[in-house]
Amino acid sequence: MKINISKIIIFSFVVFLLFIFWQGLKKNNSYDTKSLIGSRISNFQLNEINNNNQYISEEDLKKNKFTLINFFASWCAPCRVEHKYLLNLSSENNEIKIIGINFKDKKNNAINFLKELGNPYTFVGKDVKGKISISFGIYGIPESILVDSNLTVIKKVVGPIDQAQYNEILKLIQ
Amino acid sequence: MLSNIGISLVILVLVLSFSTIYAASLDLKISNRFISENIYKLSLFQTTFTILSFFTLIIGFINSDFSLINVYENSHTTKPFFYKIAGAWGNHEGSLLLWVNILVIFSYLFLVFNHTHNKQFRLYTLIVQNILILGFLFFLLLNSNPFNSIYPIPPEGMGLNPILQDPALAIHPPLLYVGFVGCSIYFSAAIGSLLSNYDGKLFARSIKTWVKISWCFQTLGIIVGSIWAYYELGWGGFWFWDPVENASLLPWFAITALMHSLIVLEKRNTLYSWVIVLCLLTFILSVTGTFLVRSGILNSVHTFASDPSRGIYILVFLSLMIFSALIIFFSKNHNENYNFNLKSREIFILTNNWFMAFFLLTVLIGMLYPIFLDVLTNKKISVGPPFFNIVIIPLVVPFMFLMAIGPKFGWIKSKNKIFYKSLLLSLGAVAINLFIFYFFGKYSFLSNLIFTAAIFLILYSFLDIIDSINKRTKFEFPRAISHLGFGMLVFFIGINHQFSTEEDFNLKIGEVKKTTNYEINFEKIEIKESKNYKSVTGIFKLINLKNSSIQNLNPEIRIYSSPETLTYEAAIKTKITSDLYLTMSNVSRSDFYNIKFQKKPFMIWIWISAFIISLGGFVQLTLKKNED
Amino acid sequence: MKVIFFYIIACFLITISVHSSEDENKLLKVYKNLRCLVCQGQSIADSNSDFAATIKLVVQDQFNEGKTEDEIYKFLTSKYGEWIIYQPIFNKNNFLLWALPYALFICGGFIIFLLVRKTKHSKVK
Repeated sequence: MKINISKIIIFSFVVFLLFIFWQGLKKNNSYDTKSLIGSRISNFQLNEINNNNQYISEEDLKKNKFTLINFFASWCAPCRVEHKYLLNLSSENNEIKIIGINFKDKKNNAINFLKELGNPYTFVGKDVKGKISISFGIYGIPESILVDSNLTVIKKVVGPIDQAQYNEILKLIQ
Repeated sequence: MLSNIGISLVILVLVLSFSTIYAASLDLKISNRFISENIYKLSLFQTTFTILSFFTLIIGFINSDFSLINVYENSHTTKPFFYKIAGAWGNHEGSLLLWVNILVIFSYLFLVFNHTHNKQFRLYTLIVQNILILGFLFFLLLNSNPFNSIYPIPPEGMGLNPILQDPALAIHPPLLYVGFVGCSIYFSAAIGSLLSNYDGKLFARSIKTWVKISWCFQTLGIIVGSIWAYYELGWGGFWFWDPVENASLLPWFAITALMHSLIVLEKRNTLYSWVIVLCLLTFILSVTGTFLVRSGILNSVHTFASDPSRGIYILVFLSLMIFSALIIFFSKNHNENYNFNLKSREIFILTNNWFMAFFLLTVLIGMLYPIFLDVLTNKKISVGPPFFNIVIIPLVVPFMFLMAIGPKFGWIKSKNKIFYKSLLLSLGAVAINLFIFYFFGKYSFLSNLIFTAAIFLILYSFLDIIDSINKRTKFEFPRAISHLGFGMLVFFIGINHQFSTEEDFNLKIGEVKKTTNYEINFEKIEIKESKNYKSVTGIFKLINLKNSSIQNLNPEIRIYSSPETLTYEAAIKTKITSDLYLTMSNVSRSDFYNIKFQKKPFMIWIWISAFIISLGGFVQLTLKKNED
Repeated sequence: MKVIFFYIIACFLITISVHSSEDENKLLKVYKNLRCLVCQGQSIADSNSDFAATIKLVVQDQFNEGKTEDEIYKFLTSKYGEWIIYQPIFNKNNFLLWALPYALFICGGFIIFLLVRKTKHSKVK
């Protein structure tokens, strides 16, 4: 059997291809927005849910050491489950402030929701059509983004915050 | 009970496969011209038991025998009878059993129908095919066994996915598998030919019919899948460049290239090595496609439930297959001398292969690139329809020109009169295209080229058909039909794409939407309870503002209970000139319904053209029988 | 033969101009190029999901503000990554993806060219 350059190339290519397939099997192919971590949020203005004249913007958030921006809605069942962690974070910790954004919801339903479960938010913004969520890279609720005083994203939680995520957040804000 | 019968039958087939390999290896050493009777008997038994095992599974579905996990997971007592049967192959394990069936049946048929061919060649083919069968049997028994049982026996099944309860989708897998899996036999024959040093022309004759059969069924399978997607998936599209669709397209390009190259091999006994490569490549592509689709490595709307252990299995099988084929090819292949004149039919067939290779590689690269990028750099990208359309479509233009004039060239060399006929017809095509352009709507330069080339191909092929009927030369007839079909397909897809209208709007019950040509009245909602679903049907009255005709279109939202799913059934009015397409979905937490309305000209002609392509293949199969 | 080569070259040139001259519904084109992140392989145009509906609103707003297609894609990829776009952006990561098919096509043509030339030369001998 003559040892030929082209044969070696073909063999190597096949080995490489099969190797990639094998490695590819181990990869998780479901989507997440981990790439958002490290980017800065900017250029936003949120109107208060009760009062259109009141609003919050970048400057206000830069005053906080850490801010957790939480997207929620009264019709969202997992939001109820994560709510206690939000309450814990807001009451026991002065390092972090929580902003709530009410997503595709009716004002009264949101207010009742907060009356019933407690209000961990220093500000409740509204996003009736959902368009603001897109600026934050949100694609479902609940979702939460943790930013520092420079408004750099340091953590993103897709879905409800559970015990493990809660502990991670506590670690990050030390 | 059924579980035991099924597993026993499969193990029996396993034993018979081993026996066949053993008996064939022994028979190889005996230097007479005839294959021993025992081998025929073993093969016949193997086929019988394999078919019986498949029937066992089907009986399990018909009887709703939930002691079989496979029936439990994929069926339900309220499923209509026809779909219970189709459920047998509409899942991963059952479809694997179908794979084995086709592998075995083709193995037997190839053995029997090729009795005029060299004994060594046939025996080697049989051995390789049975090694493939063993590979799949082991996979089936150890990882994906449709006969695994469950105890205690559940009273009801988990139900078949409602989207799969459709006649087109029920026959789609068997059709496609005859193509996909049928190409295994010429993979084995190629290795058999290498090992036995078989003559090129004779090899071509032995696999010719099998290549054509697999091509016809692969084409049909793909068409039926597209028709199903159009009528069932509710988005008005028929081709999404989705991984599963691409996986069926890859072998199709290879089989088409092979089919054309076989002509050269048989006529002039050249391109032997290339034909062998194509034979090996086709089945390798089939298995690669299966790997990509069933291992969960790719995200798709059609995937079966995925399981990483399956992936490892198929990958190991694929690797063994590729390396064995490579080693045998490199050690046994002889170098050929090539002799091709520029103006010869051989060059045009090579050109066909060149373009087919390009289309194949584009689809393959498009599918694999995200995987490579993710593994090597951890970045995730999507490669979707825009990529495939932009890369492939421009080159379809020269391809169609070549398709039209290629077959007119003679073997070895030709005269120049082809040039004048081509010039005349090109002018005709340009004229017709300009006519459409000025009277029906403006479109881009690329579209002009596409239409011109397609019309050119249609005119040429049509004249060829008339020629062949007049001169009674039968062998041009099937080729002209398929080429005509291809030209028509591109033409009607072009028209459909250019002149389709699409509207997307929200409406409440009782409201009316006016578009430029239609008035859409959302009259009311009807709620109905059916056998295994609840339907919310929108009653729409469509008034054509140009001719005041009235149509009723009733799209549905279906709520299935087992498994709990929501599907959207489009309301489609198919006419010879166009399709009207209406889908309705509810906007969450509001009174609004989101309506998508499409008018798609000549939609049915797309299906007709595609069927004409496969018709050419079927006609050629029947013609061959007469000439034998 | 020269006519055929001319057509092939013309098609390469057209590939570059494919974007510009189509008089399509621009909005629909963008919808078809965006991937629905919560669906299994559907575009924003085809999806009935909530997320798709929201993205449609955002895209409409941006068009009305006068943003171009590319600016919209840039905005969405900055929020969601390149995964959301179906037509891979031509950057150093994806360069191979776009270049390889054509490179291989040219190789194929070259092989056929060599075959024909070898035949001509052996005839001359």
